[in-house]
Amino acid sequence: MSAATTLDIALTVNGEPIQARVDARRSLVDFIREDLSLTGSHIGCEQGVCGACTMRVNDEIVRGCLTLAVQCDGATVETIEGLSDSGEVADLQEAFEQRNALQCGFCTPGVIAAAQDLLRRGGIPSRDQIRAHLSGNYCRCTGYHAIVDAIEAVANARVSTSR
Amino acid sequence: MKIAEDVSPTLSALDRPNSYIGRSVPRPNLQRLAQGRGQYVSDITLPRMGQVAFARSPHAHARIVAIDTVAAKKAPGVIAVVTGTELAQVMTPWVGVLTHLKGLKSAPQHAIAVERACWQGEAVCAVVARSRAEAEDAVELIEIAYEELPAVADPETALDAGTPLIHPELGDNLCFERKLDVGDVEKAFDSSDAVVETTFQFGRHTGVTMESRSIVADWNPAEQRMTVYQGTQAPHMMQNLFAKHLGLADAQVRVITKDVGGSFGIKVHAYADEMATVALSKLLRRPVKYVPDRIESFVTDIHARDHRIKAKIGVKNDGTITAFEIDDLTGVGPYSVYPRTSGIEANQVVSLVGGAYTCPNYRARARVVFQNKNVMSQYRAVGHPIATAVTEGLVELAAAKIGMDPLELRRRNLFPDDGYPAQSAAGLKFEKLSHHEALAHIDAMMNYAGLRAEQARLRKQGIYRGIGFASFIEVTNPSAAFYGVGGARITSQDGATIRLDAQGSIVVQTGVTEQGQGTEAVIAQVAASAFGVPLDKVRVILGDTDNTPLGGGTWASRAAGIGGEAAWQAGKALRANVLAVAGSILQAKPEDLDIRDGVVVDAGSGNERLPLHELARIAYFRPDTLPAGVQPELMATRHYVPRDWPFAFTNGIQASYLEIDTDTGFIKLLKHWCVEDCGTVINPQLVDEQIRGGVVQGIGAALFEHCLYDERGQLLNGNMADYLVPMAAEMPDIECGHVVSPTMDSELGAKGTGEAGTAGASGAVMNAINDALRPLGAAPLTDMPFTPGKILQALGKV
Repeated sequence: MSAATTLDIALTVNGEPIQARVDARRSLVDFIREDLSLTGSHIGCEQGVCGACTMRVNDEIVRGCLTLAVQCDGATVETIEGLSDSGEVADLQEAFEQRNALQCGFCTPGVIAAAQDLLRRGGIPSRDQIRAHLSGNYCRCTGYHAIVDAIEAVANARVSTSR
Repeated sequence: MKIAEDVSPTLSALDRPNSYIGRSVPRPNLQRLAQGRGQYVSDITLPRMGQVAFARSPHAHARIVAIDTVAAKKAPGVIAVVTGTELAQVMTPWVGVLTHLKGLKSAPQHAIAVERACWQGEAVCAVVARSRAEAEDAVELIEIAYEELPAVADPETALDAGTPLIHPELGDNLCFERKLDVGDVEKAFDSSDAVVETTFQFGRHTGVTMESRSIVADWNPAEQRMTVYQGTQAPHMMQNLFAKHLGLADAQVRVITKDVGGSFGIKVHAYADEMATVALSKLLRRPVKYVPDRIESFVTDIHARDHRIKAKIGVKNDGTITAFEIDDLTGVGPYSVYPRTSGIEANQVVSLVGGAYTCPNYRARARVVFQNKNVMSQYRAVGHPIATAVTEGLVELAAAKIGMDPLELRRRNLFPDDGYPAQSAAGLKFEKLSHHEALAHIDAMMNYAGLRAEQARLRKQGIYRGIGFASFIEVTNPSAAFYGVGGARITSQDGATIRLDAQGSIVVQTGVTEQGQGTEAVIAQVAASAFGVPLDKVRVILGDTDNTPLGGGTWASRAAGIGGEAAWQAGKALRANVLAVAGSILQAKPEDLDIRDGVVVDAGSGNERLPLHELARIAYFRPDTLPAGVQPELMATRHYVPRDWPFAFTNGIQASYLEIDTDTGFIKLLKHWCVEDCGTVINPQLVDEQIRGGVVQGIGAALFEHCLYDERGQLLNGNMADYLVPMAAEMPDIECGHVVSPTMDSELGAKGTGEAGTAGASGAVMNAINDALRPLGAAPLTDMPFTPGKILQALGKV
């Protein structure tokens, strides 16, 4: 309920040092979207099911809706804006564009974060492995086939360029 | 310019030099969305903006005795607490009826409930606060006294004499009824060698758009103008509805639609809470934002389906289908949804059953009854998945009964490819369909004979696989026959305006809208091809009632076929205008010139004469150098509406291949195929992705999605964890194929494709399940969704 306790936090978001006073109840994704105006992370279910708020905290992907902002004191947070500006997922974004692996695009930042999490492990995952890894990311538009194609193509391309 | 996958144009009439028709060009808006730089309504923040949360009825049916807002008004951050009675001072109620659905009735519905709440989740009181969190806190402090009333929660008894009336003034709980009796159905059944009769059930489900419905309303009292940012499929329709119920002129309302996080028919209706948000902005003289949380979405986004259909087919031993008969009962909400009503789905079911087949005998009844549950209306493929599953379910049951291959039975009954124009028993008019070519295509594409052999081999090992088909027809490119004739201000025409800018690029303004289908890409392709510029010289503006021609938006698979044709005609008109200017500059006959790749050329030789940027420079900045009397018109508008046919029907066939674990009841989808005919294919990749996405929504209906209500009208699974949708791991790869039968109603020849996948998928999956279980002696499953529990029940294991 109300009478919110506030806490001071300091964290790094997309390489930028941030200091803020936040309500204890504020979720990470609300903090990112409303306090920092980084609207690329989306809110779909607020119960950790749909994956639209997937972002990276201390190198692991998390649900922004199930993580509290105060838990991220001292953390390094990377959102789709940071992943895009650094170029880390540029090949995935290019493949998604070429393969039309997104339609409304609302789930896409989360899907790309999850895909990058899988591909960073190296190797070429099978289509079934790609599908299993995306189980926590709902997409209502594409039917997933094109998303799997795009991720598979990037996995192949990364392995062949690293050889 | 990047070309994802190049396919040569299929139509010579459209085969202009540098045509983009038939080419898989990437959509221009994808990088923006992939980089998280989209602008959805939920992202919008305006100065002085308040956020609204609603107190919603916990009861399916209750009288509102008293509302105590004292504590809520004192809560931190609260700007206003507003009841239904108070809001009714600024917004009039509405009634969701269409005059061409004879007898359809409903009761007046308010933006916020007045005196009575008629479903669990109906808004009863609003709180506007500085933040959504503070608004939600204050909602908790509103004290509402309810007197619970009996809830009508079972369609089967909704019309019984002992059932309470939801709206006593209507006389009964019947929203709409339609009957049809064509040919001689009794005689046909009597002359049949086999008759199959069964009851199909289609669970209530909903769209679950990833972004919930979202709206920001901004009343500017100084301008006397309302600007609404809304995730909608139909901005001009909403402009009119907001204006009408606020007592404003259309011109006083501007609806802006930027990126929309999924629609599927969910975002094409007037929702009470969105109407309330607009009214609250007017009342409070400041911007108000409303973004439902997911639980609110489940209890307020329109639901769909919820049909119980008793169905019957007669067949002769030679495979001839003699008759179809259906009796459909569907439970909607307490109000018919505004302005498209809750009667269209049942109406479509009656129209579409048996529609792929030559069978002349057909009897149907559909009854739509009110219930104290969330409202129901048009969701992707409206009626088609039901009509297709019923028809195709009957066809495969009949085939099994007379021992005929299900594809062979279809071959003997589908409308012949050389027999058009044709008309179905229900009176649907078909310009040109291709059922047999589509069937032959899918037969080859899936290696049907090989799969049957594999199926037989595996059965001997105790592995149960099934193959199921569904032939279908789809209503696309609707004329005014859909809504306009029923008195709704929902336009079926659409327009495009194209202007040449001062550097030789073009800007297209279109009345159709984008929610991810690829509208922007398709309109750009058509305009570039018609006018003669490279795609990177085209910019498309859509989703703004101040800046686009008055149009219908995107629904009923109309954007490419209707909006595309308007853009095609506008592109041609602008080309003629520009060539007239070029002719005067070059002292040539306009008809001897053409525009190709952004350059005015000699039509015959292709030799370059004048780049467009040079023509534009002269026309805009040195018109003094043009001959006297030459006034360049560098902006052209054209409109289009289908006139020869009320709808451009498409057709296709789907197949599902799956395996059932007879110990757990789990179904593994192995593969899905779809061959469809949407006429001219403007962008093959986008067509295939519409099909694939649609197929998966149909699979969701067949296997997972169900809004479960108890007998008191309480939704039991209104959240994403308990309401299942298809996830990546469970979905198969989906192969698409095409037949191309353009409509002659337009030059472009494009029909719609947005709903074909959803239309056929659930029926194909149902048939595959029953094909898999048939050797085990299981009674046919006809009650969607087919959960593992139902499979085990059919097998007698639970």
